[in-house]
Amino acid sequence: MDFLTLIQILDSTVRLATPLLLACLAGLFSERAGVFDIGLEAKMLAAAFFSAAVAAITGDVWLGLLAGIVSSLIFALIHGIASITFRGDQLISGVALNFLASGMTVLIARDWFNEGGRTPALDGAARFQNITLPFADSVAGVPVLGPIYSELISGHTILVYVALLMVPLTWYILYRTRFGLRLRAVGENPGAVDTAGISVVRLRYAAVLIAGVLCGLAGAYLATGLAAGFTQNMTAGRGYIALAALIFAKWRPWYALGATMLFGLLDAIGNRYQSLELLGVPIPTQFMQALPYILTVVILAGFVGKAVPPRAGGEAYVKER
Amino acid sequence: MTLLQKFLGASAALALSAGAALAEPGLIIDLGGKFDKSFNESAYNGAQQWVKDTGGEYMETELSSEAQREQTMRRMAERGANPIVVLGFANASTLEKVAPDYPDTKFAIVDMVVDQPNVQSIVFTEHTGSYLVGMIAAMASKTGTVSFVGGMDVPLIRKFACGYAQGAKAVNPDIKVIENMTGTTPAAWNDPVKGAELTKAQISQGSDVVFAAAGGTGVGVLQAAADEGVMSIGVDSNQNYMHPGSVLTSMVKRVDNAVYTVFNTGAEGDLPTGVVTMGLDNDGVGYAVDDNNKDLITEEMKTKVEEAKAKIISGEIEVHDYTTDDSCPVM
Repeated sequence: MDFLTLIQILDSTVRLATPLLLACLAGLFSERAGVFDIGLEAKMLAAAFFSAAVAAITGDVWLGLLAGIVSSLIFALIHGIASITFRGDQLISGVALNFLASGMTVLIARDWFNEGGRTPALDGAARFQNITLPFADSVAGVPVLGPIYSELISGHTILVYVALLMVPLTWYILYRTRFGLRLRAVGENPGAVDTAGISVVRLRYAAVLIAGVLCGLAGAYLATGLAAGFTQNMTAGRGYIALAALIFAKWRPWYALGATMLFGLLDAIGNRYQSLELLGVPIPTQFMQALPYILTVVILAGFVGKAVPPRAGGEAYVKER
Repeated sequence: MTLLQKFLGASAALALSAGAALAEPGLIIDLGGKFDKSFNESAYNGAQQWVKDTGGEYMETELSSEAQREQTMRRMAERGANPIVVLGFANASTLEKVAPDYPDTKFAIVDMVVDQPNVQSIVFTEHTGSYLVGMIAAMASKTGTVSFVGGMDVPLIRKFACGYAQGAKAVNPDIKVIENMTGTTPAAWNDPVKGAELTKAQISQGSDVVFAAAGGTGVGVLQAAADEGVMSIGVDSNQNYMHPGSVLTSMVKRVDNAVYTVFNTGAEGDLPTGVVTMGLDNDGVGYAVDDNNKDLITEEMKTKVEEAKAKIISGEIEVHDYTTDDSCPVM
């Protein structure tokens, strides 16, 4: 494998990992506050559809992005109302939202566009274009660093950079602000937070809504950045892979970056080499595709370190009995 | 009790035969959806054409999950549709089971052979059509590398890939053919993001003509090829219009003609059973040339391809069919 191939694989890794990273951080906020969220898939799918639909109608990708985030927020709000206000089962609410999103998007798409559950193909200003960073072309000739800058770092859509910036931001919010401390505390011991006179419900809503915004970005990136339009069930299980990455990352922001990049890398290698020979043993691509899940199971089983979920995760907070 | 059962049975039989008398043909659209711009859409267009030409009516349902196959097939038979067209190889095992239960209903299955007395099996010689577009790809390629993106990894799709590779190598024996499959589950028919990513990986390996045989995933493949400024080849339906100037041609598989014929002969009451082969000789498969790509296909290319087509029909060129022995001599 030569250097240029490596750069290309890493470039593909960044593209594939971005939606996972955004969804993973969304899950991180929500679960750190004690609200399990298996509806990441639903929010991404809704955002993918509405961003593509609005971008197709208005021709403006920014309006599309806004619509994607709003639709994802509405889903997040439903999840919040069901599982925080009405103390319903968080998993069931998430599953219900997943079904709702997969059916609703196709139904609305058929009605609006009459193309059988897809939006028209987007082009021009209706799509996020790749950004060429300054000097990318002029330094491309520099050995080693040139290609890294011009191929790998430059030439992605803006949402990729936003996603990468979200990692330090998330870390800062969670570990260096009062809000973050309280948010983590709510996921570990909501009783203590409540005793201190801070509203558990409000904190949890805040976390769920932040998750909504991040999923909105992830969905919009899929439909208007990577692809050019929405197609039926286009998230293809990425919400679940993001959940696996979240466990793999032990609910920590920097680890989340590592985990999603690893999953993206495995995917990119699987795309590039249909069968990979390692030390003379052929490894089928199916194995590469299954590897993220296998790794997650290994982590969960406690073989490599221990993944401890937030202690109050999955439980609705009851103030008084 | 037994009398009642007999009575009910008789009335049910009566209802069934009454249904058969004024039978409407039925079409079961497969996973991937009616408007996949490809395989299913082609079948749907054939049915619509039949409606337009004859003024008849037909029943139609669309599968949304793997588990619905048997239920949908049975329900359609019980509602009295005749003949019933099912699309796709994945229906074979279900049809094998369902067809004997409705001996008076005729079925037609596209892309697979089901050996039952009331089933017509329509198979296409995709390998010959793919051979021709493989030749076009090799002639259009400047880098000496062409590639293939398949949907779900099944023998049928390998058949496309193998024909394509043989055609490309017939023009240029040194050409490199990259082959990728999107996945191993039916979700692989509908993942344009992955399709685009595979395409980009192939382009970075030097490919400048990408052939997509991947249902809805192909939309992403064609898009990525257009974005990166290379050429692509569509499949099943004529997809030349999707990105004019970038889509080199389409390997058309006239599922629409097949459905049309079944509906027509079915309406007259007698659908011949057994295996029907749609190939180059009866325009079952072919390559599409229209206003969108006429500048991309030169006269020289056309002459060569037409020559090969004639030779395949006459048997002078033999294109290997992957499904006969599950292997491809050139891959």
